Amino acid sequence: MKPEPNDVILHTVSKLTAVIIFTFSIDLFWAGHHFPGGGFIGGLTTAAGIVLLYLSFDIERIQTNLPIDYKKLAALGVLISVSTGLAGMIYGDNFLEQTFGYFDLPLFGKTELATAVLFDIGVALAVIGTAVTIITSISEDGL
Amino acid sequence: MNNLLIWPVILPLIAGMLFILLRNKIHLQRVLSVVVLAVVTGISIVLMNQIQANGIQTLQLGGWQAPFGIGLVADMFSILLVLTTSIVAFCCVVFSFKIIGKDRENHYFYSLVLFLITGINGSFLTGDLFNLYVFFEVLLLASYVLVSLGGKKVQLRETMKYVIINVLSSAFFLVGIAYMYSITGTLSLAHISVRIAEVGQDGFITTVAILFILVFGMKAGLFLFYWLPGSYSVPPAAVSALFAALLTKVGIYAIMRMFTLVFYHEPGITHLFIGILAAITMILGGIGAIGYWDINKILTYNVIIGAGFILAGFAAFTDSGTLGSIYYLIHDMIVKALIFLIGGVVVYLTGTTNLKEMSGLIRNHPYLGWMFFIAALSLIGIPPLSGFIGKVFITKGTFEAGYYWLGAIGLIASLLILYSVMKIFMNAFWGETVLSEEEEKGTTKGVMIPIALLTILTIALGIGPEFINAYVETAVESLMNPQTYIDAVFAGNDIP
Repeated sequence: MKPEPNDVILHTVSKLTAVIIFTFSIDLFWAGHHFPGGGFIGGLTTAAGIVLLYLSFDIERIQTNLPIDYKKLAALGVLISVSTGLAGMIYGDNFLEQTFGYFDLPLFGKTELATAVLFDIGVALAVIGTAVTIITSISEDGL
Repeated sequence: MNNLLIWPVILPLIAGMLFILLRNKIHLQRVLSVVVLAVVTGISIVLMNQIQANGIQTLQLGGWQAPFGIGLVADMFSILLVLTTSIVAFCCVVFSFKIIGKDRENHYFYSLVLFLITGINGSFLTGDLFNLYVFFEVLLLASYVLVSLGGKKVQLRETMKYVIINVLSSAFFLVGIAYMYSITGTLSLAHISVRIAEVGQDGFITTVAILFILVFGMKAGLFLFYWLPGSYSVPPAAVSALFAALLTKVGIYAIMRMFTLVFYHEPGITHLFIGILAAITMILGGIGAIGYWDINKILTYNVIIGAGFILAGFAAFTDSGTLGSIYYLIHDMIVKALIFLIGGVVVYLTGTTNLKEMSGLIRNHPYLGWMFFIAALSLIGIPPLSGFIGKVFITKGTFEAGYYWLGAIGLIASLLILYSVMKIFMNAFWGETVLSEEEEKGTTKGVMIPIALLTILTIALGIGPEFINAYVETAVESLMNPQTYIDAVFAGNDIP
């Protein structure tokens, strides 16, 4: 039997970096409305973090800890994005019409809230779902 | 602003995404996909009447006005095609219930068909060159999967060819878009048209126009069609009927849109070039159609002749030529779906695609046989079926424009079509019955309804063209006067 490879360093480092990557991806996501960033790039970074975990541990272990069907996640993302587009039509505006307002929230103070964020959440989910699905299906073929 | 315009695009998309979430509810998927396509048909009819009454309808997405926003534009030509697409897709989906098999249904078949429809309807409705590219990719991605789904060796081989040729042509499409943007500084079709009309169509722009002819010609099966017979004949009948009826038509639509709205200044070069390609396509397609003994191959070569014939009428660039092209386009979508579905049933019954191994099906399946006969006559253009009126106007148009050779080749191609489909009829349906009902590999139960529906449509379209004549004439009018399209898009705003 092959000896178990000693990958303590790999595991420790990738656990740490995964946290940093996820945090950074959330930061990118929120930056999206006025600065470079947004749902697409945030989702892509999140997918990179997930793929890093897949690489350093193994697919089964990550699947038991993160039991997500990424195909369904992608479909859900598209559905969220399309339905935020539909919301504008309920108010008699064009499809994909967006709006924003300023609210006084506890802790955050005066905050701008935009409906575009909802659309972006859909985009992020779709990107995460698609990217991870592509990479896992490529890795399955190799075996 | 008309929010109805978005529904033909997003309704299939939403349903397709829902099917991914509800993967195991096959029965629900069947019902819902039929309902969605029926609703889209209904919406298209409503929109058609709105356009007839109030002119071209537009929707600026997100409220961003042209030319800054990316909008949808429905003129009569687009909406007629959206309507026909929905009807044809409806019939193909109903047909697929019986034949497509559990495996494909479990692997997102209905989602993929609906994504295909999303892409097709989007291409017909978009008013933006880059969005046209995006919708082309949506329908191509869905079609890649539909061709390869099933995973047989021959399917994978043809999928490779199909993917490579389409990726290549998409790359050229992007290059063309880049040229367009660097010349005009905009991607909205209406705005490009205005800008080109201002500066005039010089040699460089005409070269870009020819690049677009090659790109769309590759998708339409015009001249560069060598990938088409293989990849259209390997998937199951319901899928190849969808492809034959709809996919090449998107390319034809793109050519007709671009060369009436944008590149209409030099018909002596660009339209003549389309005409020459159409003539070569008809000749080569005709040779292919009479040369094979494989029923799928014969039918796919008929698709190629059809594409050549439609564009021959358009190349004449006269009112009657374009009128004929639109009639023939609608007719071709219906009758190609019909004849492919019947061909699929024949293959399903006999278990072979070789004409020499089948005979005498008409004894056990008289309705199927006679409907094939009607479809064949309609394909050739015998009155009073739907092919006739288109054929008359296309021939008239080419003669009016002085392209006698083009009209003549079109008529000779009709004879070749006649020979090729009669060969199928004589061999498959006529003759001694070799298969008794018990020996057949399948039954016609449940597949006759969509076939009958399409047959009724082709007869109705032939007998009563005056019902749609007003609509088709509106379509020609707005195609031949690009200014109406531009006015509708800008809606009185300043044109920068």
